[in-house]
Amino acid sequence: MNAAVLTPRKAASVNPLKSSAPLGAAMAYLGMAECQPLFHGSQGCTAFAMVLMVRHFREAIPVQTTAMNEISTILGGMDHVEQALVTIATRAKPKLIGICSTGLTETRGEDVGPELKILKARNPELADVGVVFAATPDYAGGLQEGWAIAVTALIEAFVPAEKLPTDRDQITILASSALTPGDIDELRDITEAFGLSAIVLPDLSGSLDGHVPDAYQGTSYGGTTLEDMRRLGASAATLAFGASLRRPAEVLEARTGVPSRVLDLPLGLEAADALIVALTEISGRPVPNRLRRQRSQVVDALLDSHFYYGGKSVALAAEPDLLLPWARLFAGLGAELPVVISTVNTPELAAVPAASVTVGDLEDLEHGAAEARCDLLVTHAHGRQASARLGIPLYRMGFPMFDRVGNQHRVSVGYRGTRDRVFEVANLFLESLDHEHEGEDGHAGSHTAPG
Amino acid sequence: MLKDKLADVFNEPDCATNQAKSAADKKKGCAIKGLQPGAAAGGCAFDGAKIALQPVVDVAHLVHGPIACEGNAWDNRHSGSSGPQLYRMGFTTDLTELDVIHGGEKKLWKAIKEIIAKYDPPAVFVYQTCVPALIGDDVKKVCMVATEKLGIPVIPVDAPGFVGSKNLGNKLAGETLLDYVIGTAEPDPDDIRPTDINLIGEYNLVGELGQIIPLLDELGIRIRAGITGDARYRDLTMCHRASVNMLLCGQAMINVARKMQERWGIPYFEGSFYGIEDTSAALRNMAALCVQQGAAPDLIERTDALIAREEARCWDRIRPHADRLKGRKVLLYTGGHKTWSVVSALHEMGMEVVRTSVRKATETDKAKALDLMEGNEDALVQAIPNPEMYRMLREGEADIMLSGGRTQFVALKARTAWLDINQERLYAYAGYDGMVELVKRMDLAVNNPVWAQVRAPAPWEVSP
Ligand code: SF4
Repeated sequence: MNAAVLTPRKAASVNPLKSSAPLGAAMAYLGMAECQPLFHGSQGCTAFAMVLMVRHFREAIPVQTTAMNEISTILGGMDHVEQALVTIATRAKPKLIGICSTGLTETRGEDVGPELKILKARNPELADVGVVFAATPDYAGGLQEGWAIAVTALIEAFVPAEKLPTDRDQITILASSALTPGDIDELRDITEAFGLSAIVLPDLSGSLDGHVPDAYQGTSYGGTTLEDMRRLGASAATLAFGASLRRPAEVLEARTGVPSRVLDLPLGLEAADALIVALTEISGRPVPNRLRRQRSQVVDALLDSHFYYGGKSVALAAEPDLLLPWARLFAGLGAELPVVISTVNTPELAAVPAASVTVGDLEDLEHGAAEARCDLLVTHAHGRQASARLGIPLYRMGFPMFDRVGNQHRVSVGYRGTRDRVFEVANLFLESLDHEHEGEDGHAGSHTAPG
Repeated sequence: MLKDKLADVFNEPDCATNQAKSAADKKKGCAIKGLQPGAAAGGCAFDGAKIALQPVVDVAHLVHGPIACEGNAWDNRHSGSSGPQLYRMGFTTDLTELDVIHGGEKKLWKAIKEIIAKYDPPAVFVYQTCVPALIGDDVKKVCMVATEKLGIPVIPVDAPGFVGSKNLGNKLAGETLLDYVIGTAEPDPDDIRPTDINLIGEYNLVGELGQIIPLLDELGIRIRAGITGDARYRDLTMCHRASVNMLLCGQAMINVARKMQERWGIPYFEGSFYGIEDTSAALRNMAALCVQQGAAPDLIERTDALIAREEARCWDRIRPHADRLKGRKVLLYTGGHKTWSVVSALHEMGMEVVRTSVRKATETDKAKALDLMEGNEDALVQAIPNPEMYRMLREGEADIMLSGGRTQFVALKARTAWLDINQERLYAYAGYDGMVELVKRMDLAVNNPVWAQVRAPAPWEVSP
């Protein structure tokens, strides 16, 4: 059965689920080594995006703005772009400047991309700096779309369109915005278990993984280098995690001839299995014992936990890349999904194991959860108001997560990630079970004997 | 229309920044200053307007624009409410490509209707942003029609981001209140007292009003309206019947104070509730002005008595911390009036302020700061570039930095104690209680045993 995708005609979005596309693009750029993202727009967009990322990652976020005003918007902002590039190149000395446009500059319809060559040619300061441009109007899509557009732009700018001799032990991982730095580390570990080394694009695990460098750096700390980009054509295969990366995967394949596969986020037993199968095929090596054991642990986690998921009703809201695996995880443990909300409409939504998916906001989540008397809300930190009003517990996942620490290390992929998340949610259900009994008979704790 | 407003705001005669400017600089206004492409920081005018108005807790704040303006920013501040929570919800027209092509006015009108039907607010504030401003959506007209047809005040806040800085947005928000809200209703004549005041530029961050109200209650002074901290729409409409205005937070809303004086003869004074001396001075000024407005003269003695008692009580509570803070070095990196209002508080602790940043500070602010720093000009600095800030902290030139979230990680990565004293802070630092809280937090931060752990090198990095 396919889920019906509903797109209600609301004029007011209430309690938005979506973050903006330029924010997504900037975040992708932060996964590049020594990069300075630059918003082409008015300064406020940059400030909001920066503050939100700071609150989520708890790291300094080096983003800049072309500082457009009303007049420069109308007259055209290329001189602002030029001035910003030169200023950044001289001050922060990045290896790469990643530009994303905003609603303001896109409304006027400015095409920055083609002009970059000219700007680079006439400013010697820019000679050694890579510059890339992604068109990300705020009025189209959200974070994961902006991220994907930036990844495509990076590939088009820095991956040579030529076939390289294949290195059988190297693969390329295209990472969706839904992956945390911790997830990327886990994927790399799993890949290495098959004797493969992975180049990850973009790689937040080196830049926003929360470490303490030894010196001050005004750009991103780590991430994919331009040198890495030039080697992508030598990979034995490209694995793209998240359907939002279908287009960048296609572009990469067209340029390099490296065969690509688009997989779901490997969260959940089946999705994690799909990853392992892919790696076995690419490497031609058997599944290492360590991973076999881990799989068995997931099976055990499912056995131990299914009691608490069965019959539960869950309201879920996220971007599609994250929505699908989580929906499958809940449904696969016997929970029902009467309320599923997505930020945008994509073909993959039909595969969500629910009667319907609404393209909407957190008001839709809240009203739906109240009506269906859900047991659990699952969304990012902005779900906290709905949770408080409804008295329904909130399980946080996705971006932003501004009221919890350690977000960058949360691993939800692979067998280990799946195992831990399955237990974590089960414990939430267990906790509310305790509360219910507490309310009924006043014997709090009788079900919480340490086991 | 907006152009006239901007000119008006830039010419604010009571604004100390403006007074200090040359004629040529004045012409430029405060919009363009400091906005260098590639080296600009800070929020837009819309951001500033929202900061200033969002603390009106019972209205719906509707942002007309694409997702960037509200989707990335809603529920991101800590202004508190003693009741309604509607202000914390994020409302936006979330403009799509089609809306941009066809114009967003219709969608805005529908959005206003939906919100009123669903949430029944006493008023709706509609914020204009860059994209609809550029395509020419007439937000004022839509609001006017909506007010007429729906019978609820729908108020246009015309401060699209690209007209300027956050500070300008604060002022435009003030103009909005003057044009559409303040003075639009009359209180019961029996309910007007000479001890009624407004607090202008107070946003009840992390519930700070809770640290001030008990003091005022005891003196019989009533807040008619916080402008806009913990404000109800109705209170704002009638706040022109207050006797005295107190203007907080430097120049941000000076236009409101001055125009309320002009229109309704309400005297105002500038003050701050940060620091012991400042709090006491504010209470004294407040009492004196209330008496001047007809309050019983014993208010002054009662205020003096309260100040004496509270100061003593405050010191008693601070002393145990002060011993642990004495001589510790502080890098103060804020700006505006905090440049000095916090310095005096730190000196009261016996702490040494090694530098204070006078960004966004007026000449008056700077003079006050310089005075407090005993004429040491070197201690007053403009912006400190992050690498330099990192070096100072890494090399131990300060034991703690007090600043805003923006520079938090420069301090933390330099393994130095840090305390947030800007808008994202988690604790309330107003009045005498707030001072005790601030001192306690500084003590906890600077004396936390964690610093020894995080500064120690890994065992394999120690040379034998
Ligand atoms: S600068 Fe304009 S588009 Fe950007 S957040 Fe501010 S109002 Fe919105």
